[in-house]
Amino acid sequence: MEQVPLSHILILSSALFFLGIYGFFSRRNIITMLMSIELILNSVNINFIAFNKYLFPHQLEGVFFTMFIITVAAAEVSLSIAIIINLYRRFNTIDIEDTTTMKY
Amino acid sequence: MNSYDLSSLLIVALPLLSFVLIILLSKRMKPIVAGLIGTLTLATTAVLALYVAAGYFFGFGMVNGTYVHHIAMQFQWLKFSDNLSIDLGIVLDPISVALLIVITVISTMVHLYSLNYMNGEEYFARYYAYLSLFTFSMIGLVMAVNIFQMYIFWELVGVSSFLLIGFYFTKPSAIAAAKKAFIVTRFADLGFLIGILMLSHGAKTLDFFVMIQRLTQAGSPYLTHFTATSFLGLSTLSWALLLVFAGGAGKSAMFPLHIWLPDAMEGPTPVSALIHAATMVVAGVYLIARLFPIFAISAPEALLIIAYIGAFTALFAAVIACTQTDIKRVLAYSTISQIAYMMFALGVAGWGQGQTEGFTASIFHLFTHAFFKALLFLGAGAIIHAINSNEMKDMGGLRKALPITHITFLVACLSISGIPPFSGFFSKEAILSAAFHSNLSVYYVGLFTSGLTAFYMFRLYFRIFWYKPVQDRHNHEKHTWAMNSALLVLVLGAAFAGLIPFGSFVSATGGTLALPFHPAFSILPVSFGLIGILLAYLFFAKKSDRADRTVTYFGGFYRAAYHKFYIDEIYLFFTKKVIFNLIGRPAAWFDRTVVNGIFINGTAVVTEASSEFIKPMQSGKIQEYAMFFLGGALLLVALLFIQFM
Repeated sequence: MEQVPLSHILILSSALFFLGIYGFFSRRNIITMLMSIELILNSVNINFIAFNKYLFPHQLEGVFFTMFIITVAAAEVSLSIAIIINLYRRFNTIDIEDTTTMKY
Repeated sequence: MNSYDLSSLLIVALPLLSFVLIILLSKRMKPIVAGLIGTLTLATTAVLALYVAAGYFFGFGMVNGTYVHHIAMQFQWLKFSDNLSIDLGIVLDPISVALLIVITVISTMVHLYSLNYMNGEEYFARYYAYLSLFTFSMIGLVMAVNIFQMYIFWELVGVSSFLLIGFYFTKPSAIAAAKKAFIVTRFADLGFLIGILMLSHGAKTLDFFVMIQRLTQAGSPYLTHFTATSFLGLSTLSWALLLVFAGGAGKSAMFPLHIWLPDAMEGPTPVSALIHAATMVVAGVYLIARLFPIFAISAPEALLIIAYIGAFTALFAAVIACTQTDIKRVLAYSTISQIAYMMFALGVAGWGQGQTEGFTASIFHLFTHAFFKALLFLGAGAIIHAINSNEMKDMGGLRKALPITHITFLVACLSISGIPPFSGFFSKEAILSAAFHSNLSVYYVGLFTSGLTAFYMFRLYFRIFWYKPVQDRHNHEKHTWAMNSALLVLVLGAAFAGLIPFGSFVSATGGTLALPFHPAFSILPVSFGLIGILLAYLFFAKKSDRADRTVTYFGGFYRAAYHKFYIDEIYLFFTKKVIFNLIGRPAAWFDRTVVNGIFINGTAVVTEASSEFIKPMQSGKIQEYAMFFLGGALLLVALLFIQFM
């Protein structure tokens, strides 16, 4: 069976990455921004898996790394949600534009 | 370690222990307990000192007919190089043992006296702690084996005198006096320190006895090397010794460093007694006596300078003492004058056969002076305690009010005036005889000064106890048992200490020396003393205008002496006008404009401006931060791209 070429996968992950970046900068809703970050992380995961599969098929480092990233992302999400809940309680909104008290 | 060594260790340790105990527990115990601890500790120390003295002079001190120094204890404390180290130790030799008796006995009496005198003071316990510290420092000073150990205790004496002179720390004049004493003596100590460094460089040791041996033996390489170079006609060794003397002159209030002593009267009166009689001012004399062989053998020209400074100071201070009206000030100037006697006695002494009389006479006078001067000060304290004034104009006819003080004061006055058979007579005769045989000009100054001494002391006596009586006549001495007993003990010393054959105990070489006693020689000094007393009697025994007429006759000279010959004003002129304008002002300008203006404020201005500039970056908007982050990351990527393409 013919394999999907590496470049296709890399294009996919780059597209995901820049979607994430775009979402992070354009959205004002904190939850959406968090989701954008997840997109960025996952695009990196795809890269790891792809390179592992195409360059070093007999090794598993890329896969392990991906699993680590998923774990860390899960932990990070739980922290972020806690922060967001606190933000909401304090400011009564989750719009990033309205939470700008941390400045000079 | 035999019992004598142990006792001498205890003599140093007990006052320190008492200081630590009182200062730590002063808040927890009743004031009187602190007083009793201090007094009893010092009494024990005095007993131990007498025990050690008896043991030294009649027992282990004498080896083959001469008194040798005995090291009771010594250990290395700081080591600089193989042959230069600071040792701490205890030495017993004739002068240190004689000084030990003086210090411990006088200090015990002062402790005892203060139980009454300082009663009810707010910081009574602290006062006793300071007294103990003072005594400890002085004992450590006289027992030093090493010139640097002496310097350490020397400074401790300075600190504790500072604390005691400034004891009434709510009085601005007391603070000023304490600062003055500390700064003047510190200034002199700078000379002492430089002198120590030069001596230790020349002799390659800090140990007193090794140093004396190396710098006195004819042909010793240290000595020839040290005296090889000279500056302004004096050898390096002489300069080193003169610098050491400068330190001694500061502590012993020699002209022109005497200015702190009269102001030190601001402290409590018993403290004045301690400073003037037993501690502090005699430290300078002791220092010269300790290094005497080096002075006498290797640098007699330095000794000559000491003799002239001493003689001048003796006369100078005696003249001022005649004009002062504050009784403690009169006593202060009399101390300066008497200490100057000891100084010039050392100055006229030499090393050869029959020339060392001045050395013994000096220590002898130190010994007797301690008793009668302590007695005079404690007597003055009793008077001040009774009538609450230092000024002569508030006194007169106090014979009835203070009978014990009257008798003891009279004995002390007779003693300091050199009237036989009181103690001052013997020591003063010895000094004058030493001066007569070595330096006639010094002798005449000393002779004239002894007349002046009798005059101003009896001026004080007649003015206080005779003259026109003040109204208050009831007996003030009923409730002051401690003060009375201190006076009564000291009067024994003032009356009879002169009968001790001092020459057979203390001499420069360690051997015995018969102090010459010629009745014919004594006629002149004693008659000078009697003339002084007679004049004082005529002027002050009854209220009359004789004294005022004489004052008018002397006019300008009297005013100059009354203002202490404007020495303080000269110092003030020099410090305020010259040093302040030439050094202080430019330094202040430099500090304000360069250090403060450019370095400190300049840094602050630059920091503030740049922070003002970058402050807006901290906007509080997370996405802006992320944008910077992303921009940075992209920049890095671009750089890598350029690097590897």
